[in-house]
Amino acid sequence: MSVTDTKRSVALAASVLGATMLGLAGVASAADGPTLTSVKAAGELKCGVSTGLGGFSIPDSAGAWTGLDVDVCRAVAAAVLGDGNKVKFISLSAQQRFTALQNGEVDMLSRNSTWTLQRDTKLGLNFTNVTFYDGQGFMVPKKLNLKSAKELNGATVCVQTGTTTELNLANYFRANGMEFKPVVIESTQEVLAAYISGRCDVYTTDASGLASQLKNDIPNGAADHVILPEIISKEPLGPVVRQGDEQWTDIVKYSVFALLQAEESGLTQANVEEMASSSKDPDVQSLLGAKNAEGKTSGNGEALGLDEQWAVRAIKAVGNYGEIFDRNIKPLGLERGINALWSKGGLMYAPPMR
Amino acid sequence: MSTVSLSERRSLSSFLHDRGVRGILYQIIALACVLGLGAYLVHNTLVNLESRKIATGYGFLNQEARFEIGESLIDYSAASSYGQALLVGFLNTLKVSIVGIVLATLLGVSVGILGLSRNWMVARLAGAYVNFLRNIPILLHMFLWYVSITYMLPGLREAISPVAGVYLSQRGLQFPVPVAAAGWSAAVWALPLGIALAYGVKRWASDRQDRTGQAFPGFWVGLALVIGLPFLAWLLFGAPAELSVPELKGFNFVGGENISPEFMAVLGGLSIYTSAYIAEITRSGILAVSHGQTEAGRSLGLSEGVILSRVILPQALRVIIPPTTSQFLNLTKNSSLSVAVGYPDLVSVSNTTLNQTGQAIEVIVIIMAVYLTTSLVTSAIMNWYNSRVQLVER
Repeated sequence: MSVTDTKRSVALAASVLGATMLGLAGVASAADGPTLTSVKAAGELKCGVSTGLGGFSIPDSAGAWTGLDVDVCRAVAAAVLGDGNKVKFISLSAQQRFTALQNGEVDMLSRNSTWTLQRDTKLGLNFTNVTFYDGQGFMVPKKLNLKSAKELNGATVCVQTGTTTELNLANYFRANGMEFKPVVIESTQEVLAAYISGRCDVYTTDASGLASQLKNDIPNGAADHVILPEIISKEPLGPVVRQGDEQWTDIVKYSVFALLQAEESGLTQANVEEMASSSKDPDVQSLLGAKNAEGKTSGNGEALGLDEQWAVRAIKAVGNYGEIFDRNIKPLGLERGINALWSKGGLMYAPPMR
Repeated sequence: MSTVSLSERRSLSSFLHDRGVRGILYQIIALACVLGLGAYLVHNTLVNLESRKIATGYGFLNQEARFEIGESLIDYSAASSYGQALLVGFLNTLKVSIVGIVLATLLGVSVGILGLSRNWMVARLAGAYVNFLRNIPILLHMFLWYVSITYMLPGLREAISPVAGVYLSQRGLQFPVPVAAAGWSAAVWALPLGIALAYGVKRWASDRQDRTGQAFPGFWVGLALVIGLPFLAWLLFGAPAELSVPELKGFNFVGGENISPEFMAVLGGLSIYTSAYIAEITRSGILAVSHGQTEAGRSLGLSEGVILSRVILPQALRVIIPPTTSQFLNLTKNSSLSVAVGYPDLVSVSNTTLNQTGQAIEVIVIIMAVYLTTSLVTSAIMNWYNSRVQLVER
């Protein structure tokens, strides 16, 4: 009857509570041995992704997952298991994601999650890299004739629950001595519907999300709505793993760095195999585990607990970071900006792969 | 010596075979098993959390919440603590539940009585109301209300103003309220006094009627006391008449009070959905009273209204109250769906708290404890009321 209409997320949280209490499921594998062992034994990587965010993780018309976050999962799977398709994508809501990782339901999260101090410490989790530098922005109807977020005093703001956006929003208005009324709704579709209906003056989420929704979800989007120039927060998004398994942390971390280094060294999905045998550049040889003039390899793979071809497979599976960006993020209308390589004025920087 | 031990053994075995003793023994064993399982689960949870380096404890309740809440009955800002935020959510849950219970009861009882009407049309309409509304999931009720309000009402600047100072728009209902002044607080304090006096008058009147048979217009005197006393207090303290009238300034109305669309959607969903059940309960309760009672009333020359209110309903209440109690509990628990339409109830605020602190288990324990306590208190009140309306056997 009516009591059974309990909220899905609470149900999941409760089931997680139950699992924690009974000590079930993946708990044992997390405590007993490294994640690598269980991933190899299962023959697939369980990767936590979003419930659908264009450009980051969303199923295409054929049902295959696509996006930047998805490609990170595929790169890790290719490095570890030798096949970028050996990934089981598990859709997680904002509230579910960390508990799912903590309980071993997934081996890693690649789910547009913001790296913060408290998440990195108190949750028993580690953020490995930044795969996308995002920031929270505002969208308003054009007819309000606003030029800046500083003019938003007294506005009603639609915001989705379960993310850092509520906190950033409150901080920004407090810092600028302004007031606002939040309308906090659980699902993306409903919160967007409330904004489109005119219930709120402003809609706020990460700038990448705004761009994606302006293009895909809002009727007459670009003609009637505008994204304000202010970016009010730092949202470094990246993969997350459990604390206490340093080897697995390193594997995820360097799989992502390999994609960055590949772009810097000019390695692409198309040429990486050929470069592995032909390149004379010591950095490239070291990254790709190629034998140098004296028949020696760099030993990177061994150091990670993988074989020497790990990076070749990762790059072959999804391409370098630039290719991933162009394939997934560019169609949203977003430029590289601070997500460009350090050598091109951005923040993307991989440590030496040796 | 052996006889002694034999008789001892015999007494021990007869002690163990005593039905009463066994009963207690089994209960102790059952209780020990439950407590043991509980202790094991708690211990296991703590060990698992420890091994996964997840912080535990309720220290976060004193930390700054750093998020805003759309509507609140008490002072709250982003600088308040998580504890305060959860309290705001709890009060919002109470607000919508209490108003919802009152509305659902009024609506439900009316529809239930109409369902028994001898007018074919009225009875069928009441039946259709019940069957249509209770067969739609409550979440859809809320969505429907929310979409109706946000899409069908006009925008802020085109707000409907049926009476000067009252505005109905997508932003809810904005209406004038008196500016806080001594006269108003005096009136508020005088209200419970008036109610207490009215109750005293009613007691005295029914007492007198029992003794002398003379009726006293206790209801009207009571009503006069409940309304008159606050009014007198208001007059005595300077009769303040200043109103805070809503005015469109910038993005929103300034001044007055607001009933948000989120509150309306949750309230509409909860009370209408539950009223369908209460209507059925009322109808069955009335039908449970034998028709002879009505006929007896008529043969005494009582009017139909008096028969309903003095003969039928008091007897029907005995049947009605227990199932209605569980409807009240359902309504309160169903209010946890509020987050779907953005009403900041306990679950909504807890969600944000859970996400910002990562203290999933602690927050869920708080939610469970609060709903359990609320439900138990509601049941206790209703059981007390139920025991009062039961037949007193002489």
